Amino acid sequence: MATRIQFENNCEIGVFSKLTNAYCLVAIGGSENFYSVFESELTDVIPVVKTSIGGTRIIGRLCVGNKNGLLLPHTTTDQELQHLRNCLPDQVVVQRIDERLSALGNCIACNDHVALTHPDLDKATEELIADVLGVEVFRQTIAGNILVGSYCAFSNRGGLVHPHTSIEDLDELSTLLQVPLVAGTVNRGSEVIAAGMTVNDWTAFCGSDTTATELSVIESVFKLRESQPAAIVDDMRKSLIDSYV
Amino acid sequence: MLPGSAAPAAGSGMFVPTQTVGTVLCCICGVSMQPNPANMCARCLRARVDITEGVPRHAAVVYCPDCASYLQPPRSWLRAGPESPELMQILLRRLNRPLARLRISLSGAEFVFSEPHSKRLRLKLRLRREVLHGVVLEQTHPVEFTVHDRLCDACARAQSNPDQWVAVVQLRQHVPHRRTFLYLEQLFLKHGQASLALRVASAPGGLDFFFSSRSHAARLVDFLTTVAPIRTQTAKQLVSHNTKSSVYNYKHTFSVEICPICREDLIALSPQVSRDLGGLGPLVLCIKVTNAIALLDPLTLRVHHLDEKKYRAYNFKAALTSKQLVEYIVLDIEHESPEITVDGSRYQLAYAQVARASDFGKNDTMFTVRTHLGHLLNPGDLVLGYDLYGANLNDDDMDTAMMRHSLPEVILVKKSYEKRPRTRRWKLKRLPVEEDGANKAKGEEEKRADEYEEFLRDLERNSEMRFQIDLYKDDDYRSEMASTIGDDIPSVPIEELIDDLSLGDDDEEEDGEDANAHAGMVS
Repeated sequence: MATRIQFENNCEIGVFSKLTNAYCLVAIGGSENFYSVFESELTDVIPVVKTSIGGTRIIGRLCVGNKNGLLLPHTTTDQELQHLRNCLPDQVVVQRIDERLSALGNCIACNDHVALTHPDLDKATEELIADVLGVEVFRQTIAGNILVGSYCAFSNRGGLVHPHTSIEDLDELSTLLQVPLVAGTVNRGSEVIAAGMTVNDWTAFCGSDTTATELSVIESVFKLRESQPAAIVDDMRKSLIDSYV
Repeated sequence: MLPGSAAPAAGSGMFVPTQTVGTVLCCICGVSMQPNPANMCARCLRARVDITEGVPRHAAVVYCPDCASYLQPPRSWLRAGPESPELMQILLRRLNRPLARLRISLSGAEFVFSEPHSKRLRLKLRLRREVLHGVVLEQTHPVEFTVHDRLCDACARAQSNPDQWVAVVQLRQHVPHRRTFLYLEQLFLKHGQASLALRVASAPGGLDFFFSSRSHAARLVDFLTTVAPIRTQTAKQLVSHNTKSSVYNYKHTFSVEICPICREDLIALSPQVSRDLGGLGPLVLCIKVTNAIALLDPLTLRVHHLDEKKYRAYNFKAALTSKQLVEYIVLDIEHESPEITVDGSRYQLAYAQVARASDFGKNDTMFTVRTHLGHLLNPGDLVLGYDLYGANLNDDDMDTAMMRHSLPEVILVKKSYEKRPRTRRWKLKRLPVEEDGANKAKGEEEKRADEYEEFLRDLERNSEMRFQIDLYKDDDYRSEMASTIGDDIPSVPIEELIDDLSLGDDDEEEDGEDANAHAGMVS
């Protein structure tokens, strides 16, 4: 189910939050409204953690993660790092990396199996990503833009990319990611997809400017209509328990 | 697109895969469309965004019904015909500021028909504006202008008092003939100087030009300073004044007096003047009058130019004028020196034996004189000259000169040709001058006609003078065949004539002439 929310009257949700299948990170806002929406959707399913990174609130664009791990930029303070390590479940590996491109959320887009990265990313970082997040890494551009983390958002079920992506690119990306992709917009025609929305396998949150058409596109490509959180998390729990055993 | 991520150029040797642009759903209505910067389909864009918001739909424009001109605030009135490009310009200028403030650009405008008596002008504008993320939208927008009638200042003044003038130029020359004014009239026509005059009236001794503004009159006076030796005096008379705004209305008068020396005048210089001018012989002929007088000593062939101020210092008068020219027949000519060119004209000193035409058959009175016309004269020619032998002059300087030097008996001035009434191939335009009925003397009309005929003959003879004025081809000319062959009567070559454009209307003729004026000019 896709929900429309705002962070302090701003529709760019993906900047102030990070949603994965195992946890959710939320920026600290003046009022508790933002946090409470996430809470109402996600309590009992996954932990919702309020944090800052490097003292800033733009946590969605600075960090990248999936159910296996979380990567933080070098600007993260030790306290924040410790706080995150404490709050997140133990399976999630929280790692701070030294990368020149410190806005990891803008440079890397990933789901639980595949990651797309900025073409200029360090080799060492690439290896770290493969290691910590447990994904296959591909260097790509989207519609000629090198900031892949900003212009596409994908989960394990589907993905939304920049509206100007050509059909050949769409096919290529779809083959790489092994998920259906669609070119579309969010927040009433905004092309910066990942900044305007955040998504995991059963739910999505979009900026309140998102029109009904865009919402329907999102719901259809991410297959959110039939999904129930319980079913998916149960699946995950089973696999998690498996790993313990 | 970020910098550094441009696609490789097609001809650079790299393989560039084809890029087909996919379709996206319009974020408002969901219709499938090509992506654009706003990611909304054109209809949603146009529905959501009205770029003509804030653009005025009505405006007012002021029109003067008398002279069909429109007001361009704050004060200028521009002539424009109905639905003409000038009118479009005036109307669009009214809309410039609101459009610029809203950052809307105009990509087209056209008139929508409205009845001429409806006092409404309708324009359809095509406006272009950038909205939302760089999408440029174009939209049509009708604007209606209400026309208010108001007399412009000039028409109001003209209507309240049709004879009202603000400045007058009184041009005078104290000589008995009107040759100068005939020539000046042609000059005015050529340079369009009298076009601004409200009226031209003739007065005894000259012409009066009436103007509606002082600067126009000053312009005419400035022009006159360049073409004639004149002396100006100005005067003004207070008509009214506004105490509150301290604006004074005057009537200005320019009294312009042209120097009384004309071409072909014989002047006797007093010994002091003669000495001042470098020993110029006591008798001099005036050969050319521009803004300086050219004096030729016929016996030494020296030319001296005297400008207006110097002339006023000496203030001599002509002893003999061209009215007093007498006809002579050349009996014999003996060239004394070779032909020389002085000041653009050719002269040659020669001894000529002449007899008066009236004396020719009757007695043997002959004169041997020195003349400057040696290059023109042959035995048997008719020549016009001043008869000093038989003249009865009332001139002190002439008397002094006669006492001191031995004066020649005859001074030859110009060659004369058989007087024949013949049609001319060319004609001149005339200024519309109001005649002063009260001052007409008997026989004046005939005198004027004679003077005009003389003037035309002068023009034929003198190519320099012709250069200054416009001559028009006379369509009614029928050439006289046999008589013009073998004649050395000077006539105007056809290359110098301008084709007169006549469109039936007198006003249009004037315009046509101005347009044509430089087309057929003398090379």
